[in-house]
Amino acid sequence: MSLVTPNTSKIDRLAELTATHESSSGNSLWREAWGRLRRSKAGVIGAVVIAVFVVLAVVGPWFAPHNPAAQIWRDEVLINKGEFVGPRGENWFGLDHLGRDQFSRFLVGARQTLLVGVVSMLIGLVIGAIIGGVSGAAATLGGRNGKRFDTFVMRVTDIMLALPSLLLAVSIAAVLGQSLTTVMIAVGVVQIPIFARLLRGSMLAQGNKEYVLAARSLGIRKRRIVMTNILPNSLSPVIVQATLSLATAIIEAAALSYLGLGSPDQSAPEWGAMLTQAQRFFDNAPMMSVYPAVGIIITALGFTLLGEAMREALDPKLRG
Amino acid sequence: MRILKSRGARMATAAVAATLVVTACGSDRDKGGDEGKGKDTFVFGAPGDPSSLDPSLASDGETFRVTRQAFEALIEHEPGGTKMVGGLAEKWSSDATGKVWTFNLRKGVEFHDGDKFNAAAVCANYDHWYNLKGGYQSSAFSEYWQYMFGGFAKNEDPELPKSNYKSCTAKDENTAVIEVNEASANLPGAFSLAPFAIHSPKSLKEMDKQQATAEGDAITYPEYSQKPGILAGTGPYKLKSWNKGNKEITLEAFDGYWGDKAKVKNLVFRTIDTEDGRRQALQAGDIDGYDLVAPADVKTLEQAGFQVPTRDVFNLLYLGFTQEKNKALEKLEVRQAISHAINRESIVKTQLPEGGKVANQFMPDTVAGFSDKVTEYAFDTDKAKSLLKDAGESGLKLNFCYPTEVTRPYMPAPQDIFESVKSDLEKAGVKVNPKPMKWNPDYLDATKTGACDAYLLGWTGDFNDGFNFIGTWFAKYDKQWGFKNDKVFDAVNASSKVVDPAGRVDAYKAANEAIMEFIPGVPISHSPPSIAFGKNVNPPKVSPLTQENFAEVSFK
Amino acid sequence: MLRLVIRRLLQLIPTLLGLSVLLFLWLNRLPGGPASAILGERATEEKKAAINKLLGLDQPVYVQYWRFLKRMVQGDLGTSIQTGQPVWDEFTLRFPATVELSLMAILIAIVVGIPLGYLAARRRGGWLDITAVSVSLVGICIPVFFLALILKGIFAVKLGLLPSYGRLETGINATEVTGLAMLDGLLTGEFDATWDAFRHLILPSVTLASIPLVVIVRMTRASVLEVLGEDYVRTAESKGLEARVVRGRHVLRNALLPVVTAVGLLTGALLSGAVLTESVFSFEGIGKFLYDAIGGRDYPVLVGFIMLITIVFVLINLLVDLAYSIIDPRVRVN
Repeated sequence: MSLVTPNTSKIDRLAELTATHESSSGNSLWREAWGRLRRSKAGVIGAVVIAVFVVLAVVGPWFAPHNPAAQIWRDEVLINKGEFVGPRGENWFGLDHLGRDQFSRFLVGARQTLLVGVVSMLIGLVIGAIIGGVSGAAATLGGRNGKRFDTFVMRVTDIMLALPSLLLAVSIAAVLGQSLTTVMIAVGVVQIPIFARLLRGSMLAQGNKEYVLAARSLGIRKRRIVMTNILPNSLSPVIVQATLSLATAIIEAAALSYLGLGSPDQSAPEWGAMLTQAQRFFDNAPMMSVYPAVGIIITALGFTLLGEAMREALDPKLRG
Repeated sequence: MRILKSRGARMATAAVAATLVVTACGSDRDKGGDEGKGKDTFVFGAPGDPSSLDPSLASDGETFRVTRQAFEALIEHEPGGTKMVGGLAEKWSSDATGKVWTFNLRKGVEFHDGDKFNAAAVCANYDHWYNLKGGYQSSAFSEYWQYMFGGFAKNEDPELPKSNYKSCTAKDENTAVIEVNEASANLPGAFSLAPFAIHSPKSLKEMDKQQATAEGDAITYPEYSQKPGILAGTGPYKLKSWNKGNKEITLEAFDGYWGDKAKVKNLVFRTIDTEDGRRQALQAGDIDGYDLVAPADVKTLEQAGFQVPTRDVFNLLYLGFTQEKNKALEKLEVRQAISHAINRESIVKTQLPEGGKVANQFMPDTVAGFSDKVTEYAFDTDKAKSLLKDAGESGLKLNFCYPTEVTRPYMPAPQDIFESVKSDLEKAGVKVNPKPMKWNPDYLDATKTGACDAYLLGWTGDFNDGFNFIGTWFAKYDKQWGFKNDKVFDAVNASSKVVDPAGRVDAYKAANEAIMEFIPGVPISHSPPSIAFGKNVNPPKVSPLTQENFAEVSFK
Repeated sequence: MLRLVIRRLLQLIPTLLGLSVLLFLWLNRLPGGPASAILGERATEEKKAAINKLLGLDQPVYVQYWRFLKRMVQGDLGTSIQTGQPVWDEFTLRFPATVELSLMAILIAIVVGIPLGYLAARRRGGWLDITAVSVSLVGICIPVFFLALILKGIFAVKLGLLPSYGRLETGINATEVTGLAMLDGLLTGEFDATWDAFRHLILPSVTLASIPLVVIVRMTRASVLEVLGEDYVRTAESKGLEARVVRGRHVLRNALLPVVTAVGLLTGALLSGAVLTESVFSFEGIGKFLYDAIGGRDYPVLVGFIMLITIVFVLINLLVDLAYSIIDPRVRVN
């Protein structure tokens, strides 16, 4: 029993969603889910937003009209007099506070933002999945000691979840020094316990399914059951969480920037860093904040809508 | 379904209504907007908390801002200037050796607790600091004493230097004589420092009861320094309460003040640690003034009718090199090239508050000892490139540290300044590797221990003496700079030993010229830290030393 | 039930021990140290060494840890390096502020979130659903600091309706009973303090509410949907029970159970949000203080606060579990 909550937690619940499905063959489950997803307005909106964002991030920087780091028009922007340069023919989004082309920065920022989101999500996913997978496998197969190991691991993740993730990220940044890599690691690490819990919960739920019991009674080796049945069937909530995590990662990266721990590389700013820089001048040049802010909000919303729609599509109980 | 709909709608209506009620009633309690008459409380937004009510235990400006209103030193600075004028001592003088300082004290001065101010009280204070024991001998507590006077009567740590303080004698009721072992450039400036403000003999007795012991592993401030009640000074305000949960210190006007009495009854310092937070609090009418205004906000505030008086500059921002860390920097041409590469005019013009100046040496021109004949390094990217080429360092790479999340009086937005410097250096072909760090302790640690090739740091003068600037950096080998150059060290040290004021000024000039020829770092700018006040406030004279006297404040 | 309580409390001991070891190892990895933090711009190597000696930081980690354990057993959490005050005092000074802020935020999230989630579920897939979910999502998709900036800009600066920072107006003091300013005002009859504290709470708690809001909407929506599909609801409906009764007694009540749990699990997320919210509104709570403690390498505060938060967290979950078993008799604890 876990220390913190014996009840169905938010994460564990998500894990159970797919497990309620009786079918042992993943295919039909996925096909049905895909059908439901396509009919979901929220899912479609989310997917479209993400598609636009990804295209922007991949292709955009090649079309950036200016070097995003060059302070070409430095003397035109007088911070100390509150004089900023708004949109004009040459600079579609105007200039930033140091006389750099805001539109070019926005395009480059899209790529950096996507990069931060994806890499940190992958860090959380991979490490979390390994921890959760081992823990889940130990609980299903390992007998008494396995269960103990599982309890221990889950207790650690519980505490990690209880403590403010932002502080963990801040202290990671303090140890590693500031860089884009640090941001990715810091944001990724705080996702680890979520993924670990999720996969482990999902595997435990699968472990009690009839097909597993049946397979065991047929004398199939436990390890094989885990690898070929339990694990693949436990992955769908992880995929849902991965989508949601992309949104969280983008927001957390912005928070780190705000706390002064963002990436220092101004030749390739991510939107969170841009917003942090710009919000100081919100009274004089609100649009400078609006571009990155809207970018962050829309993108995060896109990932979340899609994630929620996927979760729902995969959850047969929520079928209409 | 219909029921539900209406219920949902009802809930929403209720929520909206509740918000309206709350906010509408809120405006009733508004503090009267522009109407200042009859207000008896002035609230000032400070960027940080004070650490102690006893200034001698502190070394930070936020503590001194508060304690200066309640405690006075022997020497003060003229309002709005850096000239030293009589404080609790009407006059002072030293003998020819610079070792014996005589103070003619002001008469008829009374402490907040009714004690009489006299020579014995002055000596009791100086002897109290000289005789600090145990934990108080840690530089966490007595930093300024150690900085100005070295060690103590009985040094408990063998590594502490011998004290330069010798004795204080009350020659008569109103004449105090302080003797030191050696003449020092820190005198008489030290007597004007906020940490050496005079407390009443009664409070000193209470303070002595609360000796910090060296036991345990904590730096615990004594209780008297955390709760008003014991400490009594002679200032126009007396300490009334310190609400730590609210981050709020309240002072009350002292009726028995010897000089011009405070015009507003209550003076409150509240900590709001973000720039935006302070600005918005002023705009919202929650506070009546605040310090360290972001340059970008100055115009906004002025246009909205707020007052942003300009301080004179008394600080310096510089780009420092650590020569040991990057051998290329040991070449004079390379340091010259970097000096030529930076467009300081543009940084001052676009980023610093109005009144900011380009720096050409390591002290502002208001300090005696500023030289007109230093080597100048004008902005010239091509010259920088050719100098680098001559030195064989065309591919120069610099690990450049800069602080995040901090505003210093000499550096309003470090990251912006860094970005501009970086962009200038890159134009001259220098590769800059940015190393952002949290100001304290990461950045300070890295720069002080010489872990960066280049960095941005600065200094605000404690008092008007050249040694307080150049002596801080160039009197001896320092890891931060990582060079040994006897010509520079000798010039700086020689200046501090001259007792005669005129001779000392000439020596400072010579030292400045030697420094700028060697160019151990690039002086960038002098920046006036901005301070803002509400529309209905008659602000105090603003001080280049950031020593505003809030007793001058009144409401229109 | 008593056995559960005892067992959980006993489990706390090894948890705290393990946590403290981890914390010590972690702190040891942080570069710089409290000495540099204290000395600031005037630091020199000698001064730093002297302070490290005074703080006992020159000794090996295990010695430091042993000393810490000895102190802990005596109930002494040590002294904050930054403020020079006992850690326990700092905690009791700031913790109520964060509690007040978080409770208010959760309350707002519940008041807004449950109706939103319910509506979304009833109109599933429709525009109302998408709107309700999106509104709650926008809350977490806006970086907290930016949301705070905008709310402050509108309600404090432009309209001048609400205070822009802090917990209480200058000059208004609530005699401290619980440390929760609103409650203290009510208890002592200082209603102006209650009112003032409430006004100061609105903007920060609305900002912070954006975090639990989305979880509550999501949970409510999902569990209402689930319950609506259950046999007993269908039975109730087919029995001809009035729709309102069905919804109230059967649907909402059953649907709210998971929501209760979710709220209990939000402490971590709320504290993360509190770091930013407290920072933007200069609201003197533990979030901001902890963040500053990392910067200032305030080891005693970091260790002490995190252990105390853990204890609080475990207790909250214990309470949630007990509450759960009371609301829903089917859930048997143990």
